[in-house]
Amino acid sequence: MTEPLIFELSRPGREGIQLPDNDVPAKAVNELLPADMLRQQELQLPETSELDTVRHFTRLSRMNYGVDVGFYPLGSCTMKYNPKICEDAANLPGFTRLHPYQPEETVQGALELMYQTQNYLAEITGMDAMSLQPAAGAHGELTGLLIIKAYLKSKGEKRNKVIVPDSAHGTNPATATLAGFDVVTVKSDLRGNVDVEALREEVDGNTAALMLTNPNTLGLFEENIVQIAEIVHDAGGLLYYDGANMNAIMGITSPGDMGFDVVHLNLHKTFSTPHGGGGPGSGPVGVKAELEPFLPKPLVIRDKEFYKLYYDLPLSIGKMRSFYASFGVVVKAYTYLISQGVVGLKSVSEHAVLNANYLMRRLAGHLNIPFDRTCMHEFVCNPRGLKENGVRTLDLAKRMLDYGYHPPTIYFPLIVEEVMMMEPTETENKETLDEFADNVVKILQEAVEDPEKVKAAPHDTPVGRLDEVTAARNPVLRYSKK
Amino acid sequence: MSNIPEGLKYSKEHEWIRLEGNKATIGITDYAQDSLGDIVFVELPNIDDEFESDDVLGVVESVKAASDIYIPLSGKIVEINEELVDSPETINEDPYEKGWIVAIELSDTSQLADLLSKEDYEAFLEENA
Repeated sequence: MTEPLIFELSRPGREGIQLPDNDVPAKAVNELLPADMLRQQELQLPETSELDTVRHFTRLSRMNYGVDVGFYPLGSCTMKYNPKICEDAANLPGFTRLHPYQPEETVQGALELMYQTQNYLAEITGMDAMSLQPAAGAHGELTGLLIIKAYLKSKGEKRNKVIVPDSAHGTNPATATLAGFDVVTVKSDLRGNVDVEALREEVDGNTAALMLTNPNTLGLFEENIVQIAEIVHDAGGLLYYDGANMNAIMGITSPGDMGFDVVHLNLHKTFSTPHGGGGPGSGPVGVKAELEPFLPKPLVIRDKEFYKLYYDLPLSIGKMRSFYASFGVVVKAYTYLISQGVVGLKSVSEHAVLNANYLMRRLAGHLNIPFDRTCMHEFVCNPRGLKENGVRTLDLAKRMLDYGYHPPTIYFPLIVEEVMMMEPTETENKETLDEFADNVVKILQEAVEDPEKVKAAPHDTPVGRLDEVTAARNPVLRYSKK
Repeated sequence: MSNIPEGLKYSKEHEWIRLEGNKATIGITDYAQDSLGDIVFVELPNIDDEFESDDVLGVVESVKAASDIYIPLSGKIVEINEELVDSPETINEDPYEKGWIVAIELSDTSQLADLLSKEDYEAFLEENA
């Protein structure tokens, strides 16, 4: 390791802060908390000087990799550049100094921003109402399925089957299981779409919902979406839209137009708020009018010129999160929405799709493209004939680190062998894409000419190849003093 | 080319089945363990659990992915390989012997006709390569 843990830098008695004198009457902690809640051992906080602390974290930050440093084509994650204006807005003192218990009349600006964001997101997704509450994508999925469950219950229906395609994000079956449904998988056809005939066989009077991502995780538009929606609706089931791939379709089509009933979005993907350690996330959920009474409460509503938190929703599934969502994240997304506008958002999706198709065509002669169609905002590919050299996709991804890239998603979706999933996003220019494509070709050559070099990669990073197997089999999750 | 021993039956979900009278021992094939990569965790059922064919019997997790293990035949669990709990890598090292996963008592021997022979499974792998 090139940098010790902060705990290893600790020396007894070394201090980096000076606390002001206490100006309120002190009370012993054992008078405030019951005995069984009191810590028995001393808290092992690191003891370091201010300078030690600053140097430690500055050194770590210089080893860090983010989209502000370089290209980050991590498929399914939409690691686009987040404009700094969004951070500026979220840092305005009028937002940062709010307290969640303030009276409504003193937070009208914040409530108006939430109200507008609800409406904009509803319009973009073709839904009738939106809740900003869920904390992130998977939490949005759970919220959506609980809404579906409550809706079915209110109609006196007992349906417990949720259908997911075999290309689905792993969160879809996990969410359905957590929400108490039985999960059934349908396979994909040779064009990478949901196999409509297989779906028809699975859908029945017990089907609560089909969870679908469109474009799907192969980066392909579900061409039979209208037919799929009909099959599910005709059987009395609902359609759930996993909004992870919304970056491909803004202003061009919408889940509502496709026939979906419930949608979650990832503000930290499509709507340009940071994620991947820079979070927190935010996963708003939208619904068609019939499902609106079941949304989590409170919703933000406008009553004449007054904005308020609305709790009078007797059928609501309740609260999904403390207070009023990841408010700072909503401020960033709102800033992005109004700075892009209608024309800008459409252009975002057009460029996201154009960039992905350009990169796919640049790599097509060198990597196998299993579904040779126009892709949407991302595409899947896999290496040809490298297995004889013992070089796997994992090795190629590790070698990309040496070239200064965050590698694409690998080994997902599960239905394509040794897969790589690339999503360049709309914010990259042609030069970056060309250079990346050239370097991927170079790495593929290395894999043939000098496979050992690729298999031992990365060579130029602060730490080399990590032992992921031991880390997974015997994880050490907590520092303990040697 | 992956190892497909004689004398076993196979399923399209890449399980192998060793039959001894009314008892069937089940594991995952060499092809399956190779595709999964290093296995880091195995979730086993309990003794006496009953399953219908094609039910999910347990889960194998590798550094790449978590995958369901499907039971190719209906029956009741009579033995589980507890060694896999502490040493999941046994499946990678020896998928057909020490890496067995469960043994079941068959409840419907007519299902045996649906299983693949060594040759069928070989052909199935080639077809899907």
